Amino acid sequence: MSEEKRKPTPEEKAKAAAEAREKLEAARKAKEEQAAQASAPEAVASSPEQNAVKAEAEPASADQLAQAKAEAAAKAKAAAAAAAAAKAKAAREAAEGGATDTKAAETEAGGADADAKAKAAAAAKAKAAAAAAAAAKAKAAREAAEAGATETEAGGADADAKAKAAAAAKAKAAAAAAAAAKAKAAREAADGGAAETEAGGDDADAKAKAAAAAKAKAAAAAAAAAKAKAAREAGEGGAAGAEAGGDDADAKAKAIAAAKAKAAAAAAAKAKAAGGDAADTEAAPKAPSKNQPHLDHIVKLITEKFGSEVIEASYINELAKEVPTLVIKNENWHDVAKFLKENDELSFDYLSNLHGVDYEDRMEVYYHFYSYKNRQNLAVKVKTDREQPTVASVMNIWSGANWNERETYDLLGIYFPGHSELRRIMLPEEWVGHPLRKDYVPFDEEV
Amino acid sequence: MSMNLDMISLNSEFSEGTGLRTEEMLLNVGPQHPSTHGVFRLVVKIDGETIKESLPVIGYLHRGTEKLAEGLNYTQIIPYTDRMDYLSAMTNNYVICHAVETMMGIQIPERADFLRVIVMEMNRIASHLVWWGTYLLDIGAMSPFLFAFRDREMILELFNELCGARLTYNYMRIGGVKWDAPPGWIEKVKEFVKHLKKEIENYHALVTGNEIFINRLQGIGKFDAKTAIDYSLSGVMLRSTGVKWDLRKDEPYSVYNRFEFDVPTATEGDCLARYQLRMAEIEQSLRILEQALGQFPEEGEIMGKVPKVIRPPQGETFVRIESPRGEIGCYIASNGKDKPWRMKFRRPSFNNLQILPKLLKGENISNMVAILGSIDIVLGEVDA
Amino acid sequence: MTDLLQQSTSLWNVSMFIVAAVVLLLVVLFFVTYAIYFERKVIGWMQLRTGPNRVGPLGLLQTVVDVTKLLLKEDTRPKDADKALYALAPVLAYAPAFAVLAVMPFSETIQFADLGIGVLYYMALSSITVLGVITAGWASNNKYSLIGGMRSAAQMISYEVPLVMSVLGVILMTGSMNLREIVEAQRDIWNVIPQILGFCVFIVAAQAELNRTPFDLPEAESELVAGYHVEYSGFRFAMFMLAEYVYMFGMGSLVTILFLGGWLAPFGLDFLPIPGIVWFILKFLLYVFFQFWIRATMPRFRADQLLPFAWKGLLPIALVNILITAVVISFQNGTL
Repeated sequence: MSEEKRKPTPEEKAKAAAEAREKLEAARKAKEEQAAQASAPEAVASSPEQNAVKAEAEPASADQLAQAKAEAAAKAKAAAAAAAAAKAKAAREAAEGGATDTKAAETEAGGADADAKAKAAAAAKAKAAAAAAAAAKAKAAREAAEAGATETEAGGADADAKAKAAAAAKAKAAAAAAAAAKAKAAREAADGGAAETEAGGDDADAKAKAAAAAKAKAAAAAAAAAKAKAAREAGEGGAAGAEAGGDDADAKAKAIAAAKAKAAAAAAAKAKAAGGDAADTEAAPKAPSKNQPHLDHIVKLITEKFGSEVIEASYINELAKEVPTLVIKNENWHDVAKFLKENDELSFDYLSNLHGVDYEDRMEVYYHFYSYKNRQNLAVKVKTDREQPTVASVMNIWSGANWNERETYDLLGIYFPGHSELRRIMLPEEWVGHPLRKDYVPFDEEV
Repeated sequence: MSMNLDMISLNSEFSEGTGLRTEEMLLNVGPQHPSTHGVFRLVVKIDGETIKESLPVIGYLHRGTEKLAEGLNYTQIIPYTDRMDYLSAMTNNYVICHAVETMMGIQIPERADFLRVIVMEMNRIASHLVWWGTYLLDIGAMSPFLFAFRDREMILELFNELCGARLTYNYMRIGGVKWDAPPGWIEKVKEFVKHLKKEIENYHALVTGNEIFINRLQGIGKFDAKTAIDYSLSGVMLRSTGVKWDLRKDEPYSVYNRFEFDVPTATEGDCLARYQLRMAEIEQSLRILEQALGQFPEEGEIMGKVPKVIRPPQGETFVRIESPRGEIGCYIASNGKDKPWRMKFRRPSFNNLQILPKLLKGENISNMVAILGSIDIVLGEVDA
Repeated sequence: MTDLLQQSTSLWNVSMFIVAAVVLLLVVLFFVTYAIYFERKVIGWMQLRTGPNRVGPLGLLQTVVDVTKLLLKEDTRPKDADKALYALAPVLAYAPAFAVLAVMPFSETIQFADLGIGVLYYMALSSITVLGVITAGWASNNKYSLIGGMRSAAQMISYEVPLVMSVLGVILMTGSMNLREIVEAQRDIWNVIPQILGFCVFIVAAQAELNRTPFDLPEAESELVAGYHVEYSGFRFAMFMLAEYVYMFGMGSLVTILFLGGWLAPFGLDFLPIPGIVWFILKFLLYVFFQFWIRATMPRFRADQLLPFAWKGLLPIALVNILITAVVISFQNGTL
């Protein structure tokens, strides 16, 4: 998510471009070498399926893979940024790049050079995996792709080429899903495109060009669906690919062509099982958190006891390591808190953190609980009015709340009725105001 | 600092039997006192030497870190965290970086992750050494303090070489670390690990078996697991009651899941158990260090790809990690800008200190310092 | 020198007494100065430090400078302190510490007064010091010093009992309370061997009497800041400091005399032309070193375990020692 917002620095771009070029070189060499060894390709070709299987088997690792991909994407973007001037173009290029690779891969798989096969294999695997993991979410697909890439490497082509191939596979899936797929997918696609472009090597240009127009449109559409940011990233990715792809001046042209090729391949998911992936991806753009069942359970228990109106909201906080988060109605908070601790199935016996936040239109008190029995985290937020901020004290439920509530009172002025000695704790008794409130003005400016 | 002492009332009674009038008195321990380890004040009501009631007064070192943080961008906040738990600044550095990285999904290069773990564990050892020395000083033994500081000095020298600071490191950055290990540094750390392994034996020989020492601590400041959890205690305070809970193990962050180490626990829940646990933790940290140094990547980036201006997405996060004193957490509420809307640190010392009045009730004054010392507070962190 | 006591009073012998006292005082001051230096050096080495090394060669003048500083400091007194008692306390603490030295036979010839009840005299006088400590704690009008004073009183009174009891074994063996005779009785074997039990009790109790680690509770700096002398500074503080080290001097002498054979040469080294005083000083320094060694090693006792240790630990051992000694002596005399 964070990558969306960031713009690569010139240095990063330059660096990325340089890297891309190096990779391209390497890819070429690898191809030459592999061409010499006619026998190698077969082995490579066989591995993709295994990868796919693995990918399915280990959905747990999906996150890691996804992250790895995200990084790759980030780099690609940086590189692309060099070509930054034409963002829109870049987006298209990315799409094209992906397409090109796909084609190239397949073509080569037909038997020409080793790299091509490797890529093709990867792509094939990716698709197969995706298809197999039809139900599996976009992540699974991505993993499959990566797995394929990994094995491809094992097969012998150079690392870059493989990575790209894998990326390309993903990219296709993503592209297919394009509309639904978020920024990430777009990014990956871009990366993949770039990678493939490079991998595709010399012949990529020609093919890409040929494949061109139709795909470009598809890509553009996808980009449109994705956010503006995503588009930018994709563009960057494409650009990166373009640079890598071409020492020659027409890098962009090639990139565009490649991108189109990919997009076409993706869109025309017909080729291979990729179509299945795409469908799945669209259906479920994001995997539900592993904590979702816990959250559901907690919500269910509370609802059974107090009715549904005490929970103002419940969600998984993706930003905080997927902690289940509840927003509890202020009036019912003390009862719910007691329930959270005393219910056997919940038994949130440990109060890890308690503090307040001033949101200018309201105040919130944030609690972080942990259950040593169930080894489960829970965050609870209680909203309160800003003029007369009041939240029931939970000191008699968790003794550890004592000083934390005093601190919150001291710094934010939230009252905790039920607290046995709600005095200032950090600041002297005669202090005027509550410093962490957003409208706080020091009583004595000189101090 | 003025404070309301109405909470404590003094009794004076006339004993029929002896004809003596006895009077309870208030004793102000601190804010300047050798055993409060900083500007911590404890008002105790004593009857003879027996503590009837106690009232901790904190805030003398309150610098408003959380308020200051609201006006600074994320990278600028890092040096402020050095000054909270100044004995373990590395873990403080880490917790804020980790919070921001969690929010933004930033990937840390492997080498940077290893460097982080190495410095955090070294810092944990340094922190425990300071605790060991000062605690024995509280107990009345003077030499361990100097032994501990000799070995801590080695760690500080290594840190100095790594990042140019001995106490307030400001070493980590969002996305990685600021400085790569200088040539030969890793070797020096390895040497140090070997050295300390030997020294730990000496420490045990000097102190751990001492009869006076054991008698002094056994059964003092005792509480059970239920109380510990109820009072939000963490770290050694919690583990001394038998709760096997270490965030490095149970909710692994960084690369801790790659290392084998034990989480020492005890069941007694007294000062002696806490002493033994901290000593055992030094040994476990050495184990982690050995493995981390062994697996240390030969080369690689030390900074991940990070946007030039760090703007975490809108939303909030709370992460917690294991500092030498317990569970240190960082909460960030972001509105998508480059400065946090609200930042809050869950400070282990602050939470651990809460139980003090309960532990002190009925103890005598010489146990007071033993109990306070065993909590291992750092006032910079208590007051933030 | 002891002859002077037998003579009729005259200007000459009175002035001789004064001169002798002043000489002893200077010797004691010299000892205190260098005991402190020695302590700081030894503990420094034990603690991986160098100790004082700045003032004078090897830091030898460090303590001189420190004492000079104390003497030149302003004489401060807490506002609501008991004026008279506050001034009296250091004197009360120091005077007996110096007075006990009068009966110490440092060698065959060097002794100021040869009292028949030397041991008793020492015990009796040294008990007065506790009054000085309590007075200081009370007069300072400070809670920490009051607690320190009370601790000190409880501790010193409690440990005096096993201290005296442990010496009884020696007295039984010698049949005399005269320190000179006690030394002479050790020609064959030092008391430390047959009276090993008594010796152990004596060493521990002496440590407590001296308020030194691990029994330094009255001035436990980590708890009571500085205990009974927390409000004292300058010259008055120097008096307390002096009293502490002079007591160490006294206790070292007493241990040497009672258990280590006084000025007698060890291991049958009588034939060497070494004066007795040298042997005395060596043994005495051994004890002083032992003090510092303990100080660098031990943590402090817990206040509530201190008194049980005296009454339930040391006292029974001392009593058993007396019993054993008595039985053995009776057996040897054929009365049993």
